[in-house]
Amino acid sequence: MSVARYFDEMSYGPAPEADTEARAWLKRHEAGFGHFIGGTFVTPEGGQYFDAVDPSTGNILGRVAQGGADDVDKAGAAARKAQGPWAKLPGHARARHLYALARAVQRNARLLAVVEAIDNGKPIRETRDIDVPQVARHFYYHAGWAQLQASEFADQVPVGVVGQIIPWNFPLLMLAWKVAPALALGNTVVLKPAEFTSLTALLFAEIATEAGLPAGVLNVVTGDGSTGATLVGHGGIDKIAFTGSSEVGKLIREKTAGSGKSLTLELGGKSPFIVFDDADIDGAVEGVVDAIWFNQGQVCCAGSRLLVQEGIAETFLARLKRRMATLRVGMPLDKCIDMGAIVAPVQLERIKSLVATGVAEGAELFQPNIDLPKGGSFYPPTLLSNVHTAATVAREEIFGPVLVSMTFRTPDEAVMLANNTRYGLSASVWSETIGLALDIAPKLQAGVVWINATNLFDAAVGFGGYRESGYGREGGKEGAFEYLKPKAWSGRKARVVSEAVAEEVAVGGFDMPALDRTAKLFVGGKQARPDGNYSRAILSPKGVKVGEVGEGNRKDIRNAVAAARSAEGWGRATAHNRAQILYYLAENLSARAAEFAGRIAAMTGVSKAKAEAEIEACISRLFSYGAWADKFEGTVHTPPLRGVALAMNEPIGVVGVICPDEAPLLAFISLVAPLIAMGNRVVAVPSERHPLAVTDFYQIIETSDVPAGVINIVTGAARDLTKTLTEHDDVDALWVFGTKENATLAEKLSVGNLKRLLVDHGLLTDWFDGQAAEGPILLRHAVQVKNIWIPYGE
Amino acid sequence: MADLKIAPIGGSHPIYRTGHNIVARNVAMPLDLGWVQGVRVNLSAAERRVASLPGRRTVKKDAHAAWLLKAITCIDLTTLNGDDTVARVQRLCAKAKSPVRTDILQALGMADRGLTTGAVCVYHRFVVTAVEALAGSGIPVAAVSTGFPAGLVPHDIKLKEIEASVKDGAQEIDIVITREHVLTGNWQALYDEMRDFRAACGDAHVKAILATGDLKTMRNVARASLVCMMAGADFIKTSTGKEGVNATLLVTLIMIRMIREYQERTGFKVGYKPAGGISAAKDVLNYQFLMKEELGRDWLEPTLFRIGASSLLADIERQLEHHVTGRYSAYNRHAAG
Repeated sequence: MSVARYFDEMSYGPAPEADTEARAWLKRHEAGFGHFIGGTFVTPEGGQYFDAVDPSTGNILGRVAQGGADDVDKAGAAARKAQGPWAKLPGHARARHLYALARAVQRNARLLAVVEAIDNGKPIRETRDIDVPQVARHFYYHAGWAQLQASEFADQVPVGVVGQIIPWNFPLLMLAWKVAPALALGNTVVLKPAEFTSLTALLFAEIATEAGLPAGVLNVVTGDGSTGATLVGHGGIDKIAFTGSSEVGKLIREKTAGSGKSLTLELGGKSPFIVFDDADIDGAVEGVVDAIWFNQGQVCCAGSRLLVQEGIAETFLARLKRRMATLRVGMPLDKCIDMGAIVAPVQLERIKSLVATGVAEGAELFQPNIDLPKGGSFYPPTLLSNVHTAATVAREEIFGPVLVSMTFRTPDEAVMLANNTRYGLSASVWSETIGLALDIAPKLQAGVVWINATNLFDAAVGFGGYRESGYGREGGKEGAFEYLKPKAWSGRKARVVSEAVAEEVAVGGFDMPALDRTAKLFVGGKQARPDGNYSRAILSPKGVKVGEVGEGNRKDIRNAVAAARSAEGWGRATAHNRAQILYYLAENLSARAAEFAGRIAAMTGVSKAKAEAEIEACISRLFSYGAWADKFEGTVHTPPLRGVALAMNEPIGVVGVICPDEAPLLAFISLVAPLIAMGNRVVAVPSERHPLAVTDFYQIIETSDVPAGVINIVTGAARDLTKTLTEHDDVDALWVFGTKENATLAEKLSVGNLKRLLVDHGLLTDWFDGQAAEGPILLRHAVQVKNIWIPYGE
Repeated sequence: MADLKIAPIGGSHPIYRTGHNIVARNVAMPLDLGWVQGVRVNLSAAERRVASLPGRRTVKKDAHAAWLLKAITCIDLTTLNGDDTVARVQRLCAKAKSPVRTDILQALGMADRGLTTGAVCVYHRFVVTAVEALAGSGIPVAAVSTGFPAGLVPHDIKLKEIEASVKDGAQEIDIVITREHVLTGNWQALYDEMRDFRAACGDAHVKAILATGDLKTMRNVARASLVCMMAGADFIKTSTGKEGVNATLLVTLIMIRMIREYQERTGFKVGYKPAGGISAAKDVLNYQFLMKEELGRDWLEPTLFRIGASSLLADIERQLEHHVTGRYSAYNRHAAG
């Protein structure tokens, strides 16, 4: 085209970023990339390679090694060997290493950006202006935690060797999110990049070596899903951190059950983008662009469900469609585009098929009449309007540039629709009324809420989901804990379970008989007869029957969970109010201390002194959580923007608690008190062998103003009740203390709704030790952190 | 790579030539206070849009040269200084008629287009000088005629000044609004003032200078934009060039979104003029991108887009010479304006 023609048409023309350096780097590795293990590139044991493909052309960029069991073994061993020395380095030394990595990323910024763009298909603008700068930021930020580790995490130790599996949508950025905190806090890593996008991880490994990172600290094993599965199942790994689909996340949860590996999962989403009628409409339209057409919509936290207040829906959609017509889809290295290529043909087909389903189910399709490049995997920006809540496209994550829209009438309805999903990763709220926006944000079931913004990320602000969007946080202090474990739990020994005793039935005499007392269950604030109408005898260690309790079954759990769910108001009660009730429980228990001590002695066979000590510890513990209730507070993060991010500690919801046999009342209180202090509602299963102190405790609950449904207690067989609770999809979290088998069962079965789990793997906790059994060590598991981003300015 | 085929708002997709296209003149409307009060602007969201735009749009090579040439046709070549004289204005007018060296235009294949700036902008005192100097060129003279730049002379004097400028041959009048009306939320007063200015202009086109640097908040800017359009402004313009902060991309985004909204509701296309502070070629491109993206193709022509600038042209000339020769250019190689 000539100058004159451009002058007349005023069109943009091509503006390609140079790829000379990237091509030269690929050329150097023409023979194939090895795995990066122990500080050097090694050829794969199996000798197998697969192609790295440019999705915008289908051209082959290079050959990447297919990792097998031997490769994973080698990498695991290298990481294990390095972990001790790495963790023993002073924090300052590790800080220098991370600082060097940040600097090295900046020195190689353009090369990384170009390789990322051609490997993934995303626009160079995004890799250059967002991904790579964020990568550097993550290493700088976490260099800081390395520096401060000794003082800020004095009671924590590194987890050990971490297996990290990252997705293809932000290959390098997800590497940084995972690698930076892991290394900063003294862990070593075996990283498995996504099959579609391995190149920047390999380039990063090269850069890290040049930057002086010690051998074995970071290992990269490339490959497909089977390589990931091998890593997940590997015995030499202490933790798996995964970002990817909810489907694979659930498989990993199942596979790691019983292995003792800790697990964080960052999974999918179907995040709402809520626009109220008092929003800056043009600002919100532009927000939609950043929400769903960023990275071709292949973003786990994409604002993919547009909820618009009915009165402005017509205007909003008209302006949105106009905006869509000005989006440009083009080659990733073109500097004049908004969207690049979909990562791979298989993903493109999935998007096409889901959109076809959406249309078949009645959605109205809009795609602007814009040109797409020929040859590669491209898909236009797409709007499906008039979508109903039941539609497939309203419920399933599409992971493509497809927005679905619905309307709402009132703020309550907006919240209801926003939360009408299995997911809970993020949400955007658009309103110019501060009261409205700040009222809505806490009501949304999402780990990240952006007010008048979308897709803001920073290393200082935790990112992660509620519900089936996974668990764990990345970024911020909340994220650092995912790569640490409490020192106090490190030396725990396996619990020794003694044989059950047989009942010694004594023939009745002519003395005045004891008044029969059969404990019922405690559900919805009332003592309730068990549904099955069976009871079980509770024996002393000598086999003497000391009482009977109800034999809880599935329906009792169902009723208890329903009662807990309907006590939602507890989560909104003031922290002061919750504290008062915890103190009141302590006060009422104190008044009956002798009686409870006697019960414990009779039931468990411990000495009177030991039983009295347990009651005193219970009273003190209730006081502690009364104290914590209004002091385990969130934080205000200060990411680089004019605004703040509020990290709020929110209750998880309905939590099942399986209590161990030792210290039967103290363990119960140690587990239940932190949960209710933070606003959760509890369905607790007391010690199977020694439940009577807890059933006696009903009366303490009844006299202490605990609202109905906040604490529910179902006695019975721990294993059966654990299974029912784990399989109940309206239970949000589960704490399992007791046998290893029970813990494994819970881990395996928790995949239904991806419950947050806290299990002891059959390891014995000393409930009398405040370090191990009281305070933030448990409170951190009793909350989920929601980060509310609030940019401001007039 | 193929170009986007974006239908401009309103439908047709004509091929443009330098010079004026026919745009139906804004006929104004009664003041709609509900609309004005309903304006919402989120600063952070607006900032993000303008911050990401330069990463989303760029032009290279021939397209780059073409966009810069187009920018020249939109420049209101301006001198508004206390030391202006007849000879100074005459020199400026000569530059307006021949803004780029002929050999450069030839090399670009654009020598036959009769390229000129969009207008010459002067104080009332020099309207006659400019009209005479530009006679036969088709370049309109714009006058700043309402007690520029503070706009605090008596209202009737402002109207008389406008009438005098029009009588002297100014085809465009750049008025300044009374900022007090905006800062106190007296929209009726702003509307009345603007309506009087428009009436005084007669057939001359009127550009309303909001002095956005004085208005401070984006909400003020948006509301003032809207009220001036309701009262009949043909263009809305950012600044006099004399405020602490003059044209910015942010304020541009806010104002042109109001232009779009006004068009959505009334059908009239109002023009936009950023003024002050745009002195580099790479800066003006971002303004052009914003016009094309937010308003459409029509707003890249001088009928609907003007740039108030004095030193921008010199930088564009250097860039054009670089495009032709591949060598970086110097100011002294181009005729002074």
